[in-house]
Amino acid sequence: MDVEKSLLRIVTTGSVDDGKSTLMGRLLFETKSIFEDQFEAIRKTSAKRGQQDVDLSLLLDGLAAEREQAITIDVAYRYFETPTRKFIIADCPGHEQYTRNMVTGASTADCAIVLIDARNGVLTQSRRHGFILSLLQVPHVLVVVNKMDQAGFDPAVYRGIVKAYEAYARRLELRDLAFMPVSALQGDNVAARSDRMPWYEGPTLLQYLETLHVNPEQNLIDFRFPVQGVIRPGQDFRGFSGRIASGAIRPGEEILVLPSGRRSTVKAIETFDGDLPEAFAPQSVVLTLADEIDVSRGCMLVRPRNLPLVGNHLDAVLCWMDDAPLDPGTQYLLKHTTQTVKALVSKLVYRFDVNTLHRESAARLELNDLARVELQTTLPLFFDPYKLNRATGSFILIDPVSNRTVAAGMIRGQCAPPPGPKEAPPAQAHSPNTFARQANLPREAREARNGHGAAVLWFTGLSGAGKTTLGRALERALHQRGCQTTLLDGDSLRQGLCRDLGFSREDRTENIRRCGEVARLFFDSGHIVICTFISPIAKDRDSVRSLIAEGRFFEVHVDCPIEVCITRDPNGLYGNALTGKIRDFTGISADYEPPPAPEVLARTDRDPPERIVADLVRALERAALIPPGTPAP
Amino acid sequence: MTGSYNLSHLKHLESESIHILREVAAEFRNPVLLYSVGKDSSVLVRLARKAFHPGAMPFPLMHVDTGYKFPEMYAFRDSFCREIGARLIVERNETWIGKGCHPLVEGVEACCGHLKTGALLDAIRKHGFDAAIGGARREEEKSRAKERVFSVRDAHGQWDPKNQRPELWDLYNPRIREGESVRAFPLSNWTELDIWQYIRAEGIPIVPIYFAQERLVLRRNGVLIPQMPGAAAEGAEMCLCRFRSLGCMPCTGAVESAAATLDEIIAEVAGARKSERENRIIDLTSDSSMEQKKKEGYF
Repeated sequence: MDVEKSLLRIVTTGSVDDGKSTLMGRLLFETKSIFEDQFEAIRKTSAKRGQQDVDLSLLLDGLAAEREQAITIDVAYRYFETPTRKFIIADCPGHEQYTRNMVTGASTADCAIVLIDARNGVLTQSRRHGFILSLLQVPHVLVVVNKMDQAGFDPAVYRGIVKAYEAYARRLELRDLAFMPVSALQGDNVAARSDRMPWYEGPTLLQYLETLHVNPEQNLIDFRFPVQGVIRPGQDFRGFSGRIASGAIRPGEEILVLPSGRRSTVKAIETFDGDLPEAFAPQSVVLTLADEIDVSRGCMLVRPRNLPLVGNHLDAVLCWMDDAPLDPGTQYLLKHTTQTVKALVSKLVYRFDVNTLHRESAARLELNDLARVELQTTLPLFFDPYKLNRATGSFILIDPVSNRTVAAGMIRGQCAPPPGPKEAPPAQAHSPNTFARQANLPREAREARNGHGAAVLWFTGLSGAGKTTLGRALERALHQRGCQTTLLDGDSLRQGLCRDLGFSREDRTENIRRCGEVARLFFDSGHIVICTFISPIAKDRDSVRSLIAEGRFFEVHVDCPIEVCITRDPNGLYGNALTGKIRDFTGISADYEPPPAPEVLARTDRDPPERIVADLVRALERAALIPPGTPAP
Repeated sequence: MTGSYNLSHLKHLESESIHILREVAAEFRNPVLLYSVGKDSSVLVRLARKAFHPGAMPFPLMHVDTGYKFPEMYAFRDSFCREIGARLIVERNETWIGKGCHPLVEGVEACCGHLKTGALLDAIRKHGFDAAIGGARREEEKSRAKERVFSVRDAHGQWDPKNQRPELWDLYNPRIREGESVRAFPLSNWTELDIWQYIRAEGIPIVPIYFAQERLVLRRNGVLIPQMPGAAAEGAEMCLCRFRSLGCMPCTGAVESAAATLDEIIAEVAGARKSERENRIIDLTSDSSMEQKKKEGYF
């Protein structure tokens, strides 16, 4: 027996009563994939219902409710094989209210079979299905004109349907469209060529499926490796597990880690069966790297000269799949590759009328609606347009309360940046009648006058680690060199702007959000902004980073062992935290999440402040933000 | 670039299953792998070892034992788990086992309800598992054909087939509420033939009674019921047979077969005219018995 078979995933769609289940039953029957005991069971049921022929559709309707109502409710997966190929069929119900199931089945399909009843011609449903298949970029679409026996095997009927559907399909983006006349009930053109349709010269259904080119879009160029997890059995092994979404990779090749931008080379491709000389999509592997750099779930490994898009403002098509309509105020969870972030649907651009393909403005998005939208995510995603890469261009939305999967999304690209010097603010737009205006004076003009670039240096670390000391020293050094500076200090802001906030996780997040917005205002005014905040939550810091232009945000991890911080204890806080007088104290009763890849690591237990300040000044010089000069003492 | 960039169907399935297993490990706090000792479990465990190699499997195996398994299954289970260094949890519904619960007394459905479904739900609660990885395949049975890869069960372990989450691409939704759990099925897209071909290709150990041997059986309604020597019912006979799937002794029939090697089994399965669960009395009780059991929490 030949084990080296290829695999083809098929989705079947059709209107109610197009005979889809019968066609599938016929395919299984002809490939001997139906067993005697199963056949016997449905033969009995057919006889009980007074049907003459064995109703092959009974094979597929797995749920009791489906058999009772003689309809298909849910996607059913079927399997059959021929000597050269294994087939997985996602059999999808045709009624409108279950369109979400069709989107589900189409999402993984290499090939789609659209059934049309020869007697009815091209119905609304057939159009809708074609449109969905085009949105989901199913590589091959085969229109099967069924029940030809009931249309007298008339070539004119068949050709009329082909012509009508082709006319419609011209407005879609289907890459490969084929047609075929069959009678599923009687088996014509399913496995055996029909002698009742000599005018049809194409392949039978089974021939078509067996010879279809698999993986026509296998993308071997754009290496994308979303990291699923870290494999760390001991001190001397650290590997990153994942399934290659696209592209191929070999040991010795250079990679870049997103979001940190760190580079390394692939040391080995490890599997249970030994190391591989090369790996490609869709293999599941473990990669080890030549350097010890921070990589965790949600990161993506790519090639340095072939990067995906990075951003948190997406232009996408959504298929709404939940009974509850889209709520523009809800922060949904967005799962994309191995990353889950919060996302707000910030704009409903238009809804598709799937029957006319017209775009219509809409205030709501409801079950089975398809729409073009804009989304804002709290953290940047690394993605490709869905058209170029199904794996890195797709996402789902999850309702954070019901936990249901409420939408499927296909990314078109980045949103065009709104007018203004910077990208639009992330998250909640709760001030409906405000508008982002073009800055009066662009930042570049202010920078030219100042003679240096604007930047944000964000000092994060435990209380007592030395953030304030370093920040103040750095500001003095920069001031001496003629720079416009602003120092934002955690305690000062908490006494004013943020005095309504406490130290719960939510309040900490809001505190950092406000401080980040203030830093951004000064940044846009051309200042070098020095921020000293404990800012223990990595996501909060990342959301500030997303406010500031690329390359201008310097995360400075002021790192010092907590034992040393406790002995320093400048304000006597640790003493109170340790005795429980202060609650939610970072490092004692609240977590600190160290930055995985800070721009600067300042070890205050090891290096004197003067040296760290000099390092920071050099970092700004290297980034060409301040002119080179003799570093201040 | 060299070589072919096409994967065989088995390598495709393997890669998909490994991806699913890693998603479970990453997205859940306390997962467990339901180990039933059968061939599908053997494949599932091999895939789990591959998924986390060279690390160890990040979850234990759990066998829900009814006390009615074949002696060969217990022997295999213990030596297999020892050999691969897996952590094995064995859970039994001791209350009902103590009462002598038996399919011929309580009825097949009640017996399964107590010893399998009940024991499984109790064990999930007791250990606080939020995800249970199972070896069920969609091809096995028509209600399983509608199952998701990540299948949510409510606090009572119940499956609601009409209210399933859509599942797209390879993006699995792991979100559950307190008390709910997920059954994850990495072998969803495998067929019986795929399993056997993979066992052969990978040299995966399986319980020896899958291979044909002379065995004392009782023929009843076309099913060969294995008999314990010394306690055989009247009319028992010796017959060359094997087990196509493994369950509890009173409810698992053998099939007449001379297939004594993997090649012979594969040839037999490829030409099989009867479904794999033909010998499983649990599925034969009514037209939708599996759906009913799954709704009640059977995996």
